[in-house]
Amino acid sequence: MKPSVRTLRPDLAAIAEMIPHAARVLDIGCGDGSLLEYLTAAKNVDGRGIELSQQNVNACVARGLSVIQGDADTDLAEYPSQVFDIVILSQTIQATRSPRSVLHQLLRIGTRAIVSFPNFGHWRIRLSLLALGRMPRTRALDYPWYDTPNIHLCTIADFAGLAREMGAVTEGALALSEEGHTQPMRTDAWGPNLFAESAIFLLRAGANRTA
Amino acid sequence: MTETANPRFLRPLSAPNADPGQAITFDRPLALESGRMLEPFTVAYMTYGTLNAAKSNVVLVCHALSLDQFAASRNPITGKPGWWDVLIGPGKAIDTDRFFVICPNVIGGCMGSTGPAETDPATGEPYGLTFPLVTIRDMVRAQAALLDALGIDEILCVIGGSMGGMQVLEWASSYPHRVVSAIPIATGARHSAQNIAFHEVGRQAIMADPDWQGGAYQRHNTRPAKGLAVARMAAHITYLSEAALQRKFGRNLQNREAISFGFGPDFQIESYLHHQGMTFVDRFDANSYLYITRAMDYFDLAADHGGVLAEAFRATQTRFCIIAFTSDWLFPTAENKRIAHALNAAAASVSFVEIETDRGHDAFLLDEPEMFATVRGFLNSAAASRAVA
Repeated sequence: MKPSVRTLRPDLAAIAEMIPHAARVLDIGCGDGSLLEYLTAAKNVDGRGIELSQQNVNACVARGLSVIQGDADTDLAEYPSQVFDIVILSQTIQATRSPRSVLHQLLRIGTRAIVSFPNFGHWRIRLSLLALGRMPRTRALDYPWYDTPNIHLCTIADFAGLAREMGAVTEGALALSEEGHTQPMRTDAWGPNLFAESAIFLLRAGANRTA
Repeated sequence: MTETANPRFLRPLSAPNADPGQAITFDRPLALESGRMLEPFTVAYMTYGTLNAAKSNVVLVCHALSLDQFAASRNPITGKPGWWDVLIGPGKAIDTDRFFVICPNVIGGCMGSTGPAETDPATGEPYGLTFPLVTIRDMVRAQAALLDALGIDEILCVIGGSMGGMQVLEWASSYPHRVVSAIPIATGARHSAQNIAFHEVGRQAIMADPDWQGGAYQRHNTRPAKGLAVARMAAHITYLSEAALQRKFGRNLQNREAISFGFGPDFQIESYLHHQGMTFVDRFDANSYLYITRAMDYFDLAADHGGVLAEAFRATQTRFCIIAFTSDWLFPTAENKRIAHALNAAAASVSFVEIETDRGHDAFLLDEPEMFATVRGFLNSAAASRAVA
C-alpha cells in the first residue's frame, strides 16, 4: 500500500512533490520522520535525517529510518560535498544560530536544497506589531518573545535577498497560505511577501560559490 | 577441520543439562596481526533459531570482555540465564523465530575457543604467556573462518556492546561486503587512555598475585584468584555510574548497625564488589583476562587507516545504528558519536541513538525498552532490505 501524501503536513506534502524518484535525500530537522517515511515508501528515496531531539531520533530509528541526533549549526560540516541530490531544511532555518552558514552547508552537501520557513512579512504579523505594539504571536509562530526557538526570523524578501547575495540560484518558490494551499510565486513580488504564511524555496549553488 | 559436539570447558559445569553449544577446530593456521600463527585454533559458538534456505537471516552477536557465547541460553558453567536473554529470543527484539543467531566465543577467551589456558600442541603444556597476543581484528578473522565453515557468506546484522561493539566495527571495516547492517553499542573506535589505565590496574593486580606464577599457574596447580577478583572489582566500578551506585547502595551498611572501626566489608557496596570478584574467578581465566584486555587496549580503527576513521568505512554499503547511553563514562556518548561522524563523512547510512539512563556502561545488558525498540526497528528495516521474511 502506497502511503498518501494527504497524511503529511501541507508544507511537507508540497516539499514531497518536489522530490524526484529514488533521490538521495537528507532531511535536516526531520522531526518524527513522517516526511522521510513517506518519501522512502512512496518515492523509493535513499533518505537520511538529522534531528535535534533525541526522543524524535529514537522514534525515527524504531520506524526503520536512518536518523542521527545532531545540530544543523554544528554537524553539517562533517558531511562530504555533493553526496545528496536534495537537502531539506523545513521550518528550521529561523531557529539556527547562523542561517547564512547553514545555507552555505546545504548548498555544499546537496546538489539542490529545499528550504521552508515562516514568512515574517505576513500581513497578520505586520498588523499585530503595528496595531498592538507587541511581538506578534501567530499560529505558525506561537511563542512569547522571551521563550522562542525562532531567533532568526525573516521575510520572503529577506530570504530571497540572502540567497541572491550568496550566489544561489532559485529554481522555484512556493507560497503557502494559512489554509495550506500552495502556489508558485515570484520571490521579488510584494504580494506573496504580504499574504503567504510560509514559503518554500528550491535552490542550487550558483557558479560562483560564496562562503 | 573437525567439528566437536562439545567444546572443552576449563571449569566444572554447574548446569550439565544446559546446551554446551558447538566448536569447530581448524587444522590450519590463523595468521595473527602480530605476525605470529595460531595453529590449530578452535572457535566455540552457540546458535539460536534456524538458518533459512537463502542463508540470509544471520545475526552475529559479538560478546564483551568478560562474557561468552551463551547469549540467550543457560550458561552451563554458571547455570545463569543468557547474558542477552532480554534482547534475543522468540518474539524478542532479535527474534529467533525469524533470525538465525550465532554467538562465538572470542579467541583468547576461556569458554572453548583457543586461549592461553589451552594446551600448546608444540610443547604439550598450557600456553600461558607463550600464547600469542591477539587483537580485535584477529578475533573477527577467526569468526569469519567460522562463518566460512558454516557456509555463511552474508551477515544480515552484526551486533555487540563494548568490546563486542569493537568487533562489530572491525567486521564492517574488514568485510564490508559481508555485512548488511551493524549495531555497535556503547563502544568506541579506539580505547581511550582512561580505559587503558583501568585495564592496566586489573592486569597489575593479577600479576601481583603470587599464585599467578609468571602466568604458568596451571603447571603449578595454583590460581591467581585474589588478583583476578581485584581486577574484576576495579573494572566493575567502570561499568556502573556514580548515580546508580548512590541509588542502589548509598552509604548503607552491610548486616550491621554501625561501622566496625576495622577493614571488614562495612558498606554494602564493598560486599557487592567482593561478590562480583568472587563469582568472576569461578568462571574466568586470569590469563585470558590479560590477553583480552590487551586486545581492547590495542584497538584503534583509525590508526589502521592512516589516522582517518572515515577511511575505515570508505564506500561502505553497510547500514549502521549506533547506540550510546547517557551515563556511560567508559564509552561515553562522545566516543560513540565520533563513529557516527566518521560514517557521515564516508556518506554511509547511519543512525545514532542516545538512551537516557543512569545505569552506566552496563545498561546495554539490562532491560532498556528504548534500546529494544531501536534494535527491533533497525533490524526489521535491514531484513526488509534483504527480503528476509
